[in-house]
Amino acid sequence: MPAYPSPQVASKVYVLVSRLKGIAVFVVSYLYAALFYLATAVLIVGVGRRILLYSRTPAPLKIPTTPAPTSTPGVVARMFREVVFFESLFKSNKWTWLFGWAFHFGLLLALLRHLRYFTDPVWSWVAFIQSAGVYAGYAMVFGLVGLWIRRLAVDRVRYISAPSDHLMLALILGIAGSGLLMKYVWHTDVVALKTYMLGLMSLQIKQLPADPMLLIHLALVICLMIIFPISKLLHAPGLFFSPTRNQADNPRERRHMPTNA
Amino acid sequence: MKAEFDIPVITHYPQTPAIQVDAMVHSQPFVAKPDIQEPLGFPGELVEDWHDKAIDKMGELLGKYRSLQVFMDACVKCGACTDKCHYYLGTADPKNMPVARQDLMRKVYRRYFTFAGKHFPKLVGAVDLTEEVLDDWYKYYHQCSECRRCSVYCPYGIDTAEITMAGREILASVGVGQKYSNEIIGKVFKIGNNLGLPEPALVDTLEGLEEEVKEDTDVDVRFPVDQKGADILLVTPSADFFAEPHVDGLIGYAKVFHQAGISWTLSSHASEAANFGLFIGSQGNMQRVAMRIREAALELGVKRIVVGECGHAWRVAYSYWNTLIGPFDFLDPNYPAPQHICESTYDLIQQGALKFNKEENDDKVVTFHDSCNVSRASRMGNMPGGQYVIPRALIKASCNHFVDMRQETIHEGTFCCGGGGGLLTDDLVELRVKGALPRMQALHEVIEENEVTHMAAICAICKSQFTKVLPYYDLGMDMIISVHQLVGDALELGVER
Ligand code: SF4
Ligand code: SF4
Repeated sequence: MPAYPSPQVASKVYVLVSRLKGIAVFVVSYLYAALFYLATAVLIVGVGRRILLYSRTPAPLKIPTTPAPTSTPGVVARMFREVVFFESLFKSNKWTWLFGWAFHFGLLLALLRHLRYFTDPVWSWVAFIQSAGVYAGYAMVFGLVGLWIRRLAVDRVRYISAPSDHLMLALILGIAGSGLLMKYVWHTDVVALKTYMLGLMSLQIKQLPADPMLLIHLALVICLMIIFPISKLLHAPGLFFSPTRNQADNPRERRHMPTNA
Repeated sequence: MKAEFDIPVITHYPQTPAIQVDAMVHSQPFVAKPDIQEPLGFPGELVEDWHDKAIDKMGELLGKYRSLQVFMDACVKCGACTDKCHYYLGTADPKNMPVARQDLMRKVYRRYFTFAGKHFPKLVGAVDLTEEVLDDWYKYYHQCSECRRCSVYCPYGIDTAEITMAGREILASVGVGQKYSNEIIGKVFKIGNNLGLPEPALVDTLEGLEEEVKEDTDVDVRFPVDQKGADILLVTPSADFFAEPHVDGLIGYAKVFHQAGISWTLSSHASEAANFGLFIGSQGNMQRVAMRIREAALELGVKRIVVGECGHAWRVAYSYWNTLIGPFDFLDPNYPAPQHICESTYDLIQQGALKFNKEENDDKVVTFHDSCNVSRASRMGNMPGGQYVIPRALIKASCNHFVDMRQETIHEGTFCCGGGGGLLTDDLVELRVKGALPRMQALHEVIEENEVTHMAAICAICKSQFTKVLPYYDLGMDMIISVHQLVGDALELGVER
């Protein structure tokens, strides 16, 4: 027996391996497609049902935390300051505010940056923010690490943390980290990825570049989408329904008689 | 002052203690007996199937209050509220951190009402509703004064007071009510006021006050009761009728009305502004208590309703009356309905109807304690924040020396006196003393730096609470005074208007 396979055997092995690889890519592409469809459905239906629940539950009494705006435009302004600047958190704790704000706006920018995988041609403003979007990843990691350190180091925050609170940070940090690693260390074929994503949107399953880092990144994103409607991530829709923030302070001027109460 | 517990040492504000697990686990108020529970529509004692009943009640409340439903879901455990509660700052018990207090209910909510908690309880910190949990609810939902300070600082506006109220309502509905609050509500139903002061005694007391003022000032200031056709129905906390320093506030209101030439009356049917239905989270009882006031106003045919110095009563009046006992279309539309006594006096000052001799108060350097319910759950005047401006304007109109306490401890950041929300009872003295610590720190600062001699307030509970706890901190119990005492003392009676 020779120490190495004969050319015939070698080519057979080669064919076999590439077939297997082809099958693997095929399976992974379909698996991820299925998971993406599932996760999207869970996210939309889950959050949609929650929003419906919140909007249907009556707010029988006036409970804005005062001083509160006395008119609807004032309430809109208050909500805007809460959503965009985290006004209450700023009053409360500057470190948590800094980390929280850096994380959330990093996340927003990163999400918008990812629109380039879903639009063809890429919208011009999405193209415009691409370079700034890179820093978004760093901002996210900075914010998440800061929040996690607080969670571990401050006795009061440690006391109120459940395992899920740590896992949530790990999950999002994993998403941000794997994204950054792909950007700088283990690149992936972004053109193929975009083809795959655009394919998903038109219900066609194209080939997913089966790089491990990309698969990890996408798997974590899918997890996050599925967890969203059953976790504390509901703070996002919840904020808009918080009666202490979204009610106008006008109980004497207008009799508060909610029809669904 | 002697006590069976360690009185906190006043250091400089702010002081955030390290957590001490179970530091206040021994603190709980007396449980209501059946004869107190039943008139309010609650079972007399812990019902047999309390577990299922409690969970059902929780489900009912989740469907009834958007606040509760959203607050259960939205908390991210960011910790921003953890150092905002005076009971945490004063006791270091971690369950007195607002989020931890909420979690007592949230962990049960998750177990019974969420997917994650049903299937992965350990992961999300969900637990079954056991007797121990119910016990913790009773203890720690009675270590919250429903002051809403936490809600100011929460990024989602989560108001622990709403959760405390829901907790107390669930507890009462399975038969575990709080004696102090429920007994008082019963007295209002039976007699008309918290103190159980019947009409003849009330009339007597007021006649006594007329004589007292006559002796002091030589002016016939009247304290009318049940006077049909008066312009104003004054509804005030019954403590104003004889507790110190409350009564001096009542004298102040009467002097202002007298001097402004306004006809007013009290009502024996509704001789109470306080509404403890708020504290126990029972909208039904709150409405029933408040309804007496509408009835009295209609019966007496008044044109306006004015509410005396009382924090939570003003919250109920300002925020809820219109919904619960309105509309007030039978009142004079030129005045807000209801109106706060401070608003009414302030307007009179603006109109030049009152003259003051500020020197009368020159023996005092005054600071002002913003009451939580006025500050964070209501308003005065027509602009947001009027509730801070107007009482201070009254003080400044009647005193030469006024200073504010540190900014983070006043206005929307004000600290509860430590006795609000149905906790003003002797079975909770330790909690009350410790909960007063942040306010005492801020007060101490202005005593040292500005030689403050008096702290004025516009809340009957604050006044009683401070009278009780100031001595524990080696301060005089008579430091606390009514805003309308200052007003009344400086008001020039009988002079040309
Ligand atoms: S501030 Fe609000 S979100 Fe943060 S821990 Fe407290 S209650 Fe939860
Ligand atoms: S409402 Fe007041 S007493 Fe209750 S948890 Fe919040 S800060 Fe503490």
